[in-house]
This record gives sequence, C-alpha cells and structure tokens, in this order.
Amino acid sequence: MANKNKSIGAFFSGLVKQQIFIPLVALLLLALFNLIMDPSFFKITLGYNSVGDPVLNGYLITILDYGSELAILAIGMTLVTAASGGQDISVGATIAIAGSVILRLLCGGQTTTDTYQTPLIVAFLVAVIVSMIFGAFNGALVAYFRIQPMIATLILFTAGRSIAAWINNNQLPIVNVESFGYFGGYIPGVPIPTPFFIALICVVIIALVLKFTNLRLYTQAVGINESSSRLNGLNPEFIKFISFVILGVCVAVVGLIKVSRLSTINYSVVAKDIEMDAILAVALGGNALSGGKFNIWASILGAYVIQFLTTTLYKFKVQSDALPAYKAVVVIILVVLSAPIVREKLASLGKKMKTKEVA
Amino acid sequence: MKKKVLASLLTVAMAATMVVGCGSKADAPADAPAATDDAAATDDAAATDDAAATDDAAATDDAAASDDAASGDLIKVGIINNDPNESGYRTANDKDMKEFFTAENGYEASFAYSLKNDEQITAAQKFIQDGVDYLLLSAADTAGWDSVLQDAQDAGVRVILFDRTIDASEDLYEASIVSDMAKEGQTAVDWLAGQGLDEYNVIHIQGVMGSAAQKGRSGALDEKVAAESNWNIVTQQTAEWNAEKAQQIVQSVIDSGEKFNVIYAENDDMAKGAVAALDKANISHGVGKDVIVMGFDCNKWALEELLAGNWNYDGQCNPFQAAYIDGIIKTIESGETVAEKVVVMDEKGFDASTITQEDVDTYGI
Repeated sequence: MANKNKSIGAFFSGLVKQQIFIPLVALLLLALFNLIMDPSFFKITLGYNSVGDPVLNGYLITILDYGSELAILAIGMTLVTAASGGQDISVGATIAIAGSVILRLLCGGQTTTDTYQTPLIVAFLVAVIVSMIFGAFNGALVAYFRIQPMIATLILFTAGRSIAAWINNNQLPIVNVESFGYFGGYIPGVPIPTPFFIALICVVIIALVLKFTNLRLYTQAVGINESSSRLNGLNPEFIKFISFVILGVCVAVVGLIKVSRLSTINYSVVAKDIEMDAILAVALGGNALSGGKFNIWASILGAYVIQFLTTTLYKFKVQSDALPAYKAVVVIILVVLSAPIVREKLASLGKKMKTKEVA
Repeated sequence: MKKKVLASLLTVAMAATMVVGCGSKADAPADAPAATDDAAATDDAAATDDAAATDDAAATDDAAASDDAASGDLIKVGIINNDPNESGYRTANDKDMKEFFTAENGYEASFAYSLKNDEQITAAQKFIQDGVDYLLLSAADTAGWDSVLQDAQDAGVRVILFDRTIDASEDLYEASIVSDMAKEGQTAVDWLAGQGLDEYNVIHIQGVMGSAAQKGRSGALDEKVAAESNWNIVTQQTAEWNAEKAQQIVQSVIDSGEKFNVIYAENDDMAKGAVAALDKANISHGVGKDVIVMGFDCNKWALEELLAGNWNYDGQCNPFQAAYIDGIIKTIESGETVAEKVVVMDEKGFDASTITQEDVDTYGI
C-alpha cells in the first residue's frame, strides 16, 4: 500500500516538474468550473452560416477560433522571450501595420473594392516582408544596440498605429470579396474555423524548424548565458535578432486573420492589448520571462487557456472592461509562483512531505 | 566585422524609413499627424513637423486671404479645429467648414488645426492679432481658454464655439453649437419603440464608458428598459468602439442560446462587428428579418448597409455645423442678439425602409 502511494507520489511529482503542468492545470480548473456552473458550455452544434455553409457553433469553437490568433503570436513571443529575456510589446501595433498593408494592396488605394486589385498571396507576402522589417528593426535595437526589449519595442508600440493609418492615408478600406473572409471565418464546406488551421500550419512549421535546426538549442544557450554561448562559438546578437524577425512573420499571419474577420480595419483598436495576452500566454506556459529554457507547446496551450478564460468571463457577463482585472489576477498568481523565493519554499515543503512519507 | 556592417546598414535603412515617413508628413499637412486617437503617438520630431506644417498651412491661407480682402467686404473668420484625421466625423466637419466659408458666401476664412490645446491657443492669439471678425473654435481641451478669449473680447473679436464646449464664462463667447447625445439616444429609442415588437430583447453594446456619446446613447435605452416590462436587456457590455470586441460579445450571446431581437450598438463599427457574428450563426438581420440592427454616426458604408436593408437604423451625430454658425453670424451682423447661447443641432435618425441614395450621399461621412 505504502509502495503504491509512493509511486503515485512519484508520478505526480514528475508531472509537477513538467513545464506544461501549469497551463494544463489552469485549463482543467477552468473546464471544471464551467462544468459545475453550466455544462451547456461544452455543447457544440452544427449549423449553417448566412451563405449556407456548414459551421460548428459553441463556446469551445469560439475558443478555438480566437485562441488560435493568440497561439500564433505565442510561438514568436516565446522565442523572443527565451532569446532576449524580454518581451515585444509592439505586436498589436505591428498587426495594425500588417493589416493596413494587406488592405492597401488589395484595395489598390481605393476605399472599397469588389475585386482584388493585387493577388491575395502577393498582398500577404508583402505584409510578411513589411512585418519582418519592423521585427528586424526591433531586433536590431535589442540585439545590436542592447536596448531593453520593452523600451526598444515601445517605439513601435506608440508609433505603429499611426504608421498603419498613414499607409492607407487614414482611410478605412473595405474589401467586399467573399473569399477574403475565409481566413478569419470558414472555408466553404469546412465547419471548423479557419484560424485554427492557420495556427496548425504555424505549429507544424515551428515543430519542423525546432526538430531539424539548432534553433532551440541556440536560443536557450543565448538566453541562459550570453557570454558563455559566445565563447562556444554562437552569435548571440544574431540569435536575438532572428527571434524578433520570426515574431514579425507570426504578426503578419495574425494581421491577415484580423483584417479578414471584418474585411476592414480600425487602426486605433485592431488587436488592442493583444501583446499583453501573448506575453501572458508565454508566462502561463511556465516559461521564465527572463529568458533561457522554453517550451513552445506550453505557451500555445497557454494561449488557448487565456482565450478559455476570456470566453468564460464573457459567458458569465462580466463587464468587458473588467476583463483585464481578472487577467491581472492570473498574472499575479503566476508571477508569485515563479518567484525564486516561493519556489524554494515550495520545494522545501515538498521535501518535508516526502520525508514524512518515507518515515 | 561583416555582421557589424550589416547591422549598421540595417539600422541606417530603418532610420531612413523613419525619416521618409516624417518627411512626407511635412510635405502634406493634411496627413501630418496620422494618429487616429492619441496625440502621444507622434514623437517629438513629428510633433515639431506638425507644428511647422500647421503654421505653413495657416500662412498660405492667410496669404490667399489678404488677396481676397482687397476685393470686397468679406467677413473675416478664423477657424480653429481639431485635426481632420482624428475621425471620419472630424473629416466631414472640416470639409463642411471649408465648403461653406468661402468668398461666394461672403466669408474670408483662415484655418488652423491641432489636437493640442496650447497650439490651438497660439493659433487663436495669431488670429486675434490678424484682426479677424469671428473666431470659430472647436477646442481640444475644455480648460485654459479664459485669458485668450478675454483678449479676443477686448480686441472686439466675437467667439463662436462649435462641437466642443469649454470651461469658461458664457460672457466670453456668443454661442456654442453642440450635439445633444442624450437626444440622439432618445431619437433612436423612440424609433425602436415605434417598431411595435411584442418583446424587446436587446443586446446593448456600449462605447468607451464615460464618454459623452456613450452616456447619452446609453441613458435613453436604460430609462426605457427600466420603464417598460416587455423591454429586456440580454447583455449590456462595453466594446469600447471596437468591432472585434462587439463581435465576441454577440458571439457569446449566440453561443449561450439566449433569444434576442435587437442589437443596439452605440457606433457603426460595433454594429458591423455584431453583424459579422450574426452572419456566422445564420441569424437574419435587417428590414423584416429576425434581428433589428441599430448603429450611430452615419458612416457612408453604414448608410449603404441601411440602403441594402441589412441594418435597420442609424443615428446621426451631425458634423455639418457651418450653416448653424452662419445663422448666428448673420444674426449678429444684423444687429440682433443671439437668443440662445447653446444651440443644439437637429440630428436625424435614418430608417432603412425610408432611406434614399440621396440621403447616403448627403449625410454619409
């Protein structure tokens, strides 16, 4: 009996040590809360949208839909955090820029269009390049000029939305092409929201990159100790720089989803405060915000957990301007839990319990 | 070494783009402060550019104006407005002013734009020195205007406020022309009540809490819901003028399976977001459909939605103030006194079943 207890204890302590444990527990807690309060939260129904295509409806689908944007950003944000030990707070503003570029090209400078003035793929690729350039700008400031990431990205955080408005001469272009709505909505005949598939593609790509390149090893090495990684022949500046460029690509993808949702853009509010959610996803994934080791899967799960939280709060009709306060509570708990002094205390507590068990 | 060169090249390129950005801003004053919501977004360099640009614009206008002055008895007006790029509302407002205060209508107008109060005050002082007859003012901030308006009064310059009120003695200005947001809300709610539904289950999407537009537009609906037993609020949430948030709020109600038949969104953007959520769930909306969609501000694209029957109602926030100002100036010029200090503009509400293409062209902003 005692033996069995011990093995269960070992299993749990092993699980607790896993980084993905934190978002998993958060997810389970939220799911449990909803199950008790109102099981209909988990109901999914198959319906048809106004064009007659089959779509799935329900809270879980909404989470899958909106959480996917966040998951894509979490990929880039995790790399930036791991490499530079800081966060990019300009992603919301850069999303506005990327979206603005896409609309500018699709509308060809007009305020509204019924046909693509530029092929969609070209518009998207240009947006990717533009956001990579802005990512490179942030990356250069952080890596080569050694400016604190949060300060460096503050530049675009403040200026980005103005630049986005300037790209379109402050017009709010509208794209009246049905296929443009697919990216933020549904592809005809597929009842699952497209953003989920886009996120899936991004996840597969980053998985392949992490498997077949040394990106993970190099990023962690730079994040843990920059000088020793340099002594080992790495180029820490370039690793940091490239992490911001990768985030730039993620931002462009999210920009496409965002403008596709409404076929238009509002520079001052599009993707507002999304950087905070993205950073929170990284933190919730148990990644050290001061850089070093990272687990990208935990961040992605963290992103969906945050959307789970948001959707739950919406369901219970919490005033939407109070949402940040609830998220702040989560942040406080995470920050306190990850503080070294608390960890030490917890570890010593665990040891005490173990010794008791043995006794 | 090679990488250092690359790095510095990149930074130079970045810096160059920034400079190009600012440069073209200076070239085109109309585009200068591209900031849609926050003046803080423009860094110091850009701000100097803006100021310079505004001065230039004012200078050119003045030059043109002095040419005209020789040609007859024109009424000289100095117009101080917020940046036309602030919003669609402001763009329409500025266009209306420019089109109305022309030599043909007997005016000689100079314009100055800024989102900053101190720059506006400087412009006002300049206009007073130039000896304008009327100073038309849409103040960026309510405070700090007393002394400059006193100067104006001493110099015999009459002041008319439009769109924004200020915290100064009423004696310092002739009239103030404003929108009555509460009345806008009341007009909309009266229209809704006139639809004669058996039951009103309203999704109420609010603007930024505490803003004048939100308070006015929410007030009327709140009162009605409290007074009538068949009016219910399904959800009342702020989407902070944000279409995406509105979409999520409506999505949440749809997911919960609650019944609703009215969407009361306090601006057009949020109504658009709400409609996107309805379309996804195949809930019909518009004239003679399941859900009534209401918006505010009369953006052109929104009125087109009305014309197509996809939305039901759009309330106006009237940016066309020039004619009202003209009326007041004419009254003063003829030696009479202005009856009311505060002039509330007529604001329409458009019904999708009666709106015409002409309305869209005239009132769309």
